[in-house]
Amino acid sequence: MSPEVATTAPAPAKRSSFSELLARDPTVTLLGAFIVLAVIGFGALAPERFLSGETLRAMAFQMPELGILALAMMIPLMSGGLNLAIIATANLSALVMAAILTRMIGPESPAHVMAGAIALALGTGLVTALVVGLITGVIVAFLGVHPILVTLGTMTAIKGIAVYATSGGVIGGFPPAILFLGNGTLLGFPVPMMIFILCAILIAVIMNHAPFGVSVRMIGSNEKATRYSGVATEWMLVGVYILSSLLCWVAAVVMMARFNSARAGYAESYLLITILAAVLGGIDPNGGFGKVLGLFLSLILLQMISTGFNLLGFSPHLTQAIWGATMILAIGISLVRDKWIARLWLKST
Amino acid sequence: MTDGSNSPQQQGNGTPTTAKGEAPFIEMRGISKRFGGVRALQDVNLSIHAAEIHSLAGENGCGKSTLIKVLSGIHMPDEGQVILEGKAHNHLTPDASQRFGVQIIYQDLSLFPNLTVAENISFRHHVETPVRLANRNVMRKQAQAVMDRLKVSLPLDELVGTLPIATRQLVAICRALAADARLVVMDEPTASLSHQEVEGLLAVVHELKRQKIASLFVSHRLDEVMDIAERVTVMRDGRNFGTYPVSELDRRRLGELITGHVFDSSVKPPFSSEAAPALEVRDLSCTGQYTGISFEVRPGEILGLTGRMGSGRTELALSLFGMNPPDSGEIRVNGKSVQFHNNREAIRQGIAYVSEDRLSLGLVMPQTIADNTVISVLNRLTGRLGLIDGARRAQTIEHWIFKELRVKTKTADRPVQQLSGGNQQRVVLAKWLATDPRVLILDSPTVGVDIGAKAGIFQVVDALAARGLAILLISDEADEVLHQSHRILVMRSGKIVGAYDPNRTTENQLREAIYA
Amino acid sequence: MPNDTSFLKRAFRRHEIQIAAIVVLMAIFFSALSPGFLSVSNLTTLLESYSVMAIMAAGLLVVLISGGIDISFAAIAAVTQYLVATILVQMGGNWLVAFALAVIFGGLLGAVNALLIYYLQALSVIVTISTMTFYFAILMFVTDGESIYDLPDWFTATIAPLGIPFPVAVAAFVLIITAFVLNRLSIGRQIYGLGGNLEGAKRMGCNILGLQCFVYGYSGVTAGIAGLVQAHRVEEVVPNALIGRELDVLAAVVLGGASLQGGIGTVTGAILGIVLLAIVQNGLTLLGVSSYSFGFVTGIIILASVSATAIAAKRQQKRTIGNVA
Repeated sequence: MSPEVATTAPAPAKRSSFSELLARDPTVTLLGAFIVLAVIGFGALAPERFLSGETLRAMAFQMPELGILALAMMIPLMSGGLNLAIIATANLSALVMAAILTRMIGPESPAHVMAGAIALALGTGLVTALVVGLITGVIVAFLGVHPILVTLGTMTAIKGIAVYATSGGVIGGFPPAILFLGNGTLLGFPVPMMIFILCAILIAVIMNHAPFGVSVRMIGSNEKATRYSGVATEWMLVGVYILSSLLCWVAAVVMMARFNSARAGYAESYLLITILAAVLGGIDPNGGFGKVLGLFLSLILLQMISTGFNLLGFSPHLTQAIWGATMILAIGISLVRDKWIARLWLKST
Repeated sequence: MTDGSNSPQQQGNGTPTTAKGEAPFIEMRGISKRFGGVRALQDVNLSIHAAEIHSLAGENGCGKSTLIKVLSGIHMPDEGQVILEGKAHNHLTPDASQRFGVQIIYQDLSLFPNLTVAENISFRHHVETPVRLANRNVMRKQAQAVMDRLKVSLPLDELVGTLPIATRQLVAICRALAADARLVVMDEPTASLSHQEVEGLLAVVHELKRQKIASLFVSHRLDEVMDIAERVTVMRDGRNFGTYPVSELDRRRLGELITGHVFDSSVKPPFSSEAAPALEVRDLSCTGQYTGISFEVRPGEILGLTGRMGSGRTELALSLFGMNPPDSGEIRVNGKSVQFHNNREAIRQGIAYVSEDRLSLGLVMPQTIADNTVISVLNRLTGRLGLIDGARRAQTIEHWIFKELRVKTKTADRPVQQLSGGNQQRVVLAKWLATDPRVLILDSPTVGVDIGAKAGIFQVVDALAARGLAILLISDEADEVLHQSHRILVMRSGKIVGAYDPNRTTENQLREAIYA
Repeated sequence: MPNDTSFLKRAFRRHEIQIAAIVVLMAIFFSALSPGFLSVSNLTTLLESYSVMAIMAAGLLVVLISGGIDISFAAIAAVTQYLVATILVQMGGNWLVAFALAVIFGGLLGAVNALLIYYLQALSVIVTISTMTFYFAILMFVTDGESIYDLPDWFTATIAPLGIPFPVAVAAFVLIITAFVLNRLSIGRQIYGLGGNLEGAKRMGCNILGLQCFVYGYSGVTAGIAGLVQAHRVEEVVPNALIGRELDVLAAVVLGGASLQGGIGTVTGAILGIVLLAIVQNGLTLLGVSSYSFGFVTGIIILASVSATAIAAKRQQKRTIGNVA
């Protein structure tokens, strides 16, 4: 039961400026409004700590890994599928890279050995992620198996490999070059945030202006019709999961850099949040519609709420529970929003 | 014992009664219905006699679906009444309507593919009291009883999903009967049936009549109405345009009544050209689908290919389009021998295929007109870095949607599903024309398009032919092929059984060839 | 005319037989490598340890047949387990009370899923992931991860009605009831209809909300019962013991032939799926393979199984329709 009307097609404009903004792009406007509310709300409840530069900085470092994973979830969603294995893929990729790094270099290793090892590690991590994406994509696209089942299978299998290989333990201790990617700043701007914004821009450009992106959106709405129109849908779908896994690799790099370690069970609570961020950000879980900007704003909002809760002393369990409830709320909101847009269209024609 | 022989004498908006003055079985009086600012029905009257076979005919958008929904209680009319056997209802509910005996069979049949025929027929048994033991034997007996009444034999223990559509349709009718139908409403029932299967359906409908059960066909297919109905009520723009005994009409008159246009019965002059053929097919075969197909189409020529469902026409078309590799034979495009592995290769060689199923294969409905237009040529619109050049995209859309095909819309950035059937088909044509084809294969291009809009589509097709496109027009409507092609080929059981010159063939001759 | 009469029936029967055949093969394989495999004590322990899973599988099967999916059942089991245990410890009771409470709590938590899915018109996977997160997080928040150790004696006492270990008896009971509901009750047939054609079910006048509440409620009830049996077996209530088992249960049910699309699936198939999973996992353990590998093996089994089904379906489609894209 998907919304019948495009959520991205701009509805006709109305008179006052806020209503006008609301009509033109309800998702972005609402998110913007909520962000402002959150700033005011948390600012009032914990003024010195929330509105401080330190908090802003902490948020700017925490958000990117979730953001990149959210992008990794967004693309399969747009194609009408889902990738439940993103966290597992990221963790496996991170473990592979961590294993290589810790085995090949120590603190006294010469610079050229370090550089070589880093390159090898990054490359292997990338290949690992790509292989996962390829297998997932092939099974979804050429065998026609439902993405939920496939990615549940790959998630279980990948996590299984990771757990088995590490006996559930941690691998840690990376060279400063890697750590810089997760904790450093360039001209005062946090590096992971730069990586995330770069990814976001890239994905936005691809989804809106590249043949691949346009095809993926069409496939999300109707795969068969898109195929009959001469689009190589099977290969596009493989590309979707490869791209998703590629982003998991980027997230893996940022995560291991930030935590200075890798483990099989990291960040599992992120899975729900990436779906939440997508739905909140206006991405239709049935496929075909969604914008990166919406995702970006919803991520900011969620990060603010998360940090705010943290500052207010909420237990992480309570925060998780709130995420669950918020997801339900988000679905409710998008239902109302889509009905409202449909009514606007009806009135204008 | 009303048997429908007391036919009313009327034309126009009068409320019909039988010669004896009895109230008709079902009557809808003065029905009006608005949706927002759109008036779907205005002061519509409809009367159905007991055990009659009635058709409700009209173009898409004329309001016939809405009227049916009022009859079934799904929509409440703003004004008017539904009178069931003399008892007036101002607020008829779906439950009340069903209990009276109005059973609607939708075009998709709404059967359960994963359940057996017997269970499907007797499914209401489950719905009525859920927490009871489902008695398989009772259900089978009921199903068998219904089948006996209709004199049909269906495989009771087969899963419905494995059955062909004609059989499934009979299952749906049996189900309506099992629910004690007194009026069976069918929505476009012959859309996917072969001629033989239509005969089967006709027999069942007559049996329904013998069982004192009335049938109402909602249709815009002239053949169906003429073949099956006793009386037809024509609707136009939300109003009742009159009820007529079918015996007093012919297809042309009926078409004129429905559209208000006089039918063009002209035939194309014979086509001759010195140009080399754009498409040549030599001895093409695909086991189980078609054998030994040979023909050629020249630039500017419209070749009609007709045959009933199952004759292999669509499979042949898909082979030409690269989506159904043939086993043997040759295809030549502009003289060059080609072998397609997928439809992208076919498109690159200049072949375009307008599918029969516009709604699920021709367009991506929830997406914009713009995106639907350029989807097949994305790779040709790229500029730097492999990204789509916005200006060229806009130009393509402007040219094909607005200038050439004149789709009626203010903006191309709205979902294509908001357009009418005829305009949607224009978007489909725009999409394929944007690929710069040499050969255009049209598979039943006017299905679901109003009779009035059909003329517009064929004007476009003629203009394309005049510009040098070779056109293969596939249709199972003999008259369409007769009036729109330069040459006609008839296909039967996978073979081409005859070639006809429209100037020297009549519609009946053609039909005989198709259904022999 | 295509010769595909009762293809679906035949294919499915073929599927169950295939799984049964694989089960037999695996059993032979593992018992050859490890003689203790087919011993009575091993098999009984195996039956007992997978009883909890079998109970949850029954509920998930019903949801899958209806065309939905439920990822929250393990969380419902955990919450129900905790609630019932707390009440029993505080106020005493007996097995009747325990089961009654489990049914009520589990059913209510499950019905919440149904209401959300129906009124929000949302995908069941997303709704149940959300409720799973919510239920489990609240549980952890309130309990702080602490287990309940001092369960009443009558609860933890080993019972064996008719010589069958209690968990196995409960599992058998639940499976038999489920098979009965699905095959012999009208509501069960409506559930198949719902999964086969949602629009069709609406048009036939099925009470969709009622059916959804039943289906997800049933899943919650079985989850609650499973939670109780788990607590009985291990003689303590650990909040996060059942989390993570969702995928094993889904794997087993899908192995047994149920489809994510809905409308297909049987209790027999689900049982076979669990048996297969149990044999493989147990066999690996007896061979000395670390239990850390189970995740990987389960994942591969899921992938292999759904791929095989998909390939078979495609081949059959090509044969009957004759071709086309």
